[in-house]
Amino acid sequence: MNLRRFNGLLVAMLAGAALAGTVQAADISGAGATFPYPIYSKWADAYKQQTGIGLNYQSIGSGGGIKQIKAKTVTFGASDMPLKPDDLKDAGLVQFPMIIGGVVPVVNVKGVQAGQMVLSGETVAAIYMGEITRWNDARIQKLNPKLTLPATTIAPVYRSDGSGTNFLFSHYLSQVSARFKDSIGENTSVQWPVGIGAKGNEGVANMTTQTDGAIGYVEYAYAKQIKMAYCDLLNSAGKTVAPSGESFQAAAANADWAHAPGYYLILTNQAGAGSWPITGASFILVYAVPPDASATNEALKFFDWAYRNGARMAADLDYVPLPDGLIKQVRATWKAEIKGALVTASAAADGRRM
Amino acid sequence: MNTAAAIDPRHAAGQRLRERLFQGATFVAALLVLTLLGGVALTLVHGAWPALAHFKLHFLTSAVWNPVTDEYGALAAVYGTVITACIALLIAIPVSFGIAIFLTELAPAWLKRPVGIAIELLAAVPSIIFGIWGLFVLAPILQRHVQPWLIDHIGPLPLVGRLFQGPPYGIGVLTAGVVLAIMVVPFISAVMRDVFETVPDVLKESGYGLGATTWEVIWQVVVPYARTGMIGGIMLGLGRALGETMAVTFVIGNAHRIGSSLLAPGTTISASIANEFTEAVGDLYTSSLVALGALLFLITFAVIAAARYMLLRLERRALSNV
Amino acid sequence: MSRRLRRKATNLVALGLSGCATAVGLFFLGAILWTLLSRGLAGMSATLFTAMTPPPGSSGGLLNAIYGSLVMTVIGILIGGPIGMLAGTYLAEYGRHSRLSAVIRFVNDVLLSAPSIIVGLFAYELLVIRMGHFSALAGAVALAIIAIPVTVRTSEDMLNLVPQGMKDASTAMGAYPWRTITSVIYPAARSGIVTGLLLAVARISGETAPLLFTALNNQFWSTNLNAPMANLPVVIFQFALSPYPNWQQLAWSGALLITVSILVLSITARFVVSRLNPGGQR
Repeated sequence: MNLRRFNGLLVAMLAGAALAGTVQAADISGAGATFPYPIYSKWADAYKQQTGIGLNYQSIGSGGGIKQIKAKTVTFGASDMPLKPDDLKDAGLVQFPMIIGGVVPVVNVKGVQAGQMVLSGETVAAIYMGEITRWNDARIQKLNPKLTLPATTIAPVYRSDGSGTNFLFSHYLSQVSARFKDSIGENTSVQWPVGIGAKGNEGVANMTTQTDGAIGYVEYAYAKQIKMAYCDLLNSAGKTVAPSGESFQAAAANADWAHAPGYYLILTNQAGAGSWPITGASFILVYAVPPDASATNEALKFFDWAYRNGARMAADLDYVPLPDGLIKQVRATWKAEIKGALVTASAAADGRRM
Repeated sequence: MNTAAAIDPRHAAGQRLRERLFQGATFVAALLVLTLLGGVALTLVHGAWPALAHFKLHFLTSAVWNPVTDEYGALAAVYGTVITACIALLIAIPVSFGIAIFLTELAPAWLKRPVGIAIELLAAVPSIIFGIWGLFVLAPILQRHVQPWLIDHIGPLPLVGRLFQGPPYGIGVLTAGVVLAIMVVPFISAVMRDVFETVPDVLKESGYGLGATTWEVIWQVVVPYARTGMIGGIMLGLGRALGETMAVTFVIGNAHRIGSSLLAPGTTISASIANEFTEAVGDLYTSSLVALGALLFLITFAVIAAARYMLLRLERRALSNV
Repeated sequence: MSRRLRRKATNLVALGLSGCATAVGLFFLGAILWTLLSRGLAGMSATLFTAMTPPPGSSGGLLNAIYGSLVMTVIGILIGGPIGMLAGTYLAEYGRHSRLSAVIRFVNDVLLSAPSIIVGLFAYELLVIRMGHFSALAGAVALAIIAIPVTVRTSEDMLNLVPQGMKDASTAMGAYPWRTITSVIYPAARSGIVTGLLLAVARISGETAPLLFTALNNQFWSTNLNAPMANLPVVIFQFALSPYPNWQQLAWSGALLITVSILVLSITARFVVSRLNPGGQR
């Protein structure tokens, strides 16, 4: 082997790689919640086909999104747990909602198909507190008189990473069960007393599908895409409701965004006969004074495009796009609070197609 | 070479300069190895300092790992690390010993090479492969067949039973230990093989000459001679098992809990760091994870240093006997 | 049973068990390779090498991940290889018997077995925090740090194999040590050093933990060293833990790819070494 020629080839390759790197158009970088990842990646694909700009979104959980944007290693962070207005001010961040979806319980029990099992908030809380240990427990059987439930042990699956989905789920359980609130509480990461942990909505979906007798909680798009056995829930009005775009929208209908500073609003356990109990919005975090104004602008252009063109793709995956009034409010926030935000109404000229 | 040029002072000076530069470069590179170790240690301590200063000794004794209340304790992770490594060694030591004996004493020459290479290829397989194999192939088998059997038959027994109770998740501390065992076997058996081969033939032949069976020669001549080296090899395997990340992350269950049962999910130091580092919000959380890393570095450094020292002693002994 | 029979029985049982142990070891190797082949081959096609990593639910390939792994491995070896060679040269030639060398050798062996996630943490604190973002360069440096102990060890061993007579002959002709090393010893140990590099490449190309918080991952094609770059191990990690069938298929195919490459590298390295050492001693 001629070492010298080999070395020369390597150096040439590297130089080429380095040069190529400098001429490439920059992708938009973001990180955070796995809750909206299916729809963000679909939007990113369509946006890249249309404009050639890619979105490099790391689906690492809401906790990761908050951490990365605070460390300024990404242009925007995504979180399903909204930051409180004080935290936003301290960190210098601007927060706005992007999409609305629902968290659904999914089970892996022999003989139970999608939409067959009915659970209540208290039952789910009891399962995750370790009080109900087998599927044929009387409390579950009472809610499901028509199902024959096996004696399999329940294997609860929870989020092991910092997760907004976890926040929504534990927030809801805290609302319906005082004992849950006292012993476990609500946050992006809590100390679950029983069960196995998995990373991301993807991990929980995977682990639940792999383990007999498992129960998990995932964003509905995951349950739908992978054809998992999701459950119906009893909502605050006492009605059994199935997860769907309509039931998420019913829950979001009463939300008063106009009077929520920093858009801090949590949509779980909303009133209404058709409301899905564990609905939530997913938020975007950017800097009020961006360290890289052009990068933040590219990101805002993408979000603007998504507001305008992404509704049908979102509905296909059973997410709920934001109502028009809320979108207008968000655009006003961009103008008012983000320094150097160049996204204006004239940007509507591009991309009316999808 | 022209003798006149060889003693030309300018040429000699140029040569001397090049010699100094080259020697300096090699010296700097060699020192870099030392600085790497020092740098890693320093960086870890620096990153861990906020957590250690805040929790002090409580960090080592508390099993609470609560990002909500910002309370962190290393006990659950350390427990998981040690338990999985112990299970791995319990399984790997006899198996490696058997393989080493087979390859050095039993195997005919034509079998030795391919089998030896095959076992070493197991060492070359990246750990992430073990992880996905463990999750998708081993865990379902354990969940459906092995664990229910263990729970039904050994669970009810008085003392040992406590170790095998609980729901059959498939993944958990036991599964992680088994996967680690498979990973560690090639390392331990390779060292044991090398160590068995340093035993002077004279000793073995004296044993055979007295009428000892093969096993008796191995157990009563080879093993006592190579004992230090064997322990060194085992400790190298221990060091590997303690620090392994990818193989364990897939099958450990990610639960910051100390369970009495081996079938329960748990966590290890490296699995915790791998799963939580990119998402740790807050300085105390990140610092606690780095503190876990510093702890792991300390433990593995102690184990590996001791192992290398023992192997060094055996090497010196073998050289002096030649 | 007479004593003699008992001893014979013990012997038979013990040796039988050792044969079983070997069979068990080989069984697991076979089981893992079989799983890789059966699940990975299904996804092997030209698109694996020409398409990028897809969003969930769509088909795609692993091109950006393969490219990223190649680039970071090459840069890692370019950084770690020469450093390791120079350090090995010091240990073998200049400081052969000094106390310092003994310490360096010891420390090097310790680093050789150190957990790779610690290296990842180190590279994160050193590079990612300072630079303010994840980057392929940080990942390459982390890989280099893992490669250095391997190359130091193999370089030193290979340089020690060169016959003393050759070195003496060169010195007798009036050559300075650097001249002896570069003109006589390096060419003589050439294949051994290349073997060492191959082993280091095999070692770092399968490493996942150090890349988790340095190079991160990238959904698209990127040649920018100063930004996150896709790489096979992290992609396999992400895709295998996902519930999407097309992602899981890509994970298995990627795993097969990595394993085959590493096995080929290891076997090649082994053959080169055995050619160097006809005596048969490993």
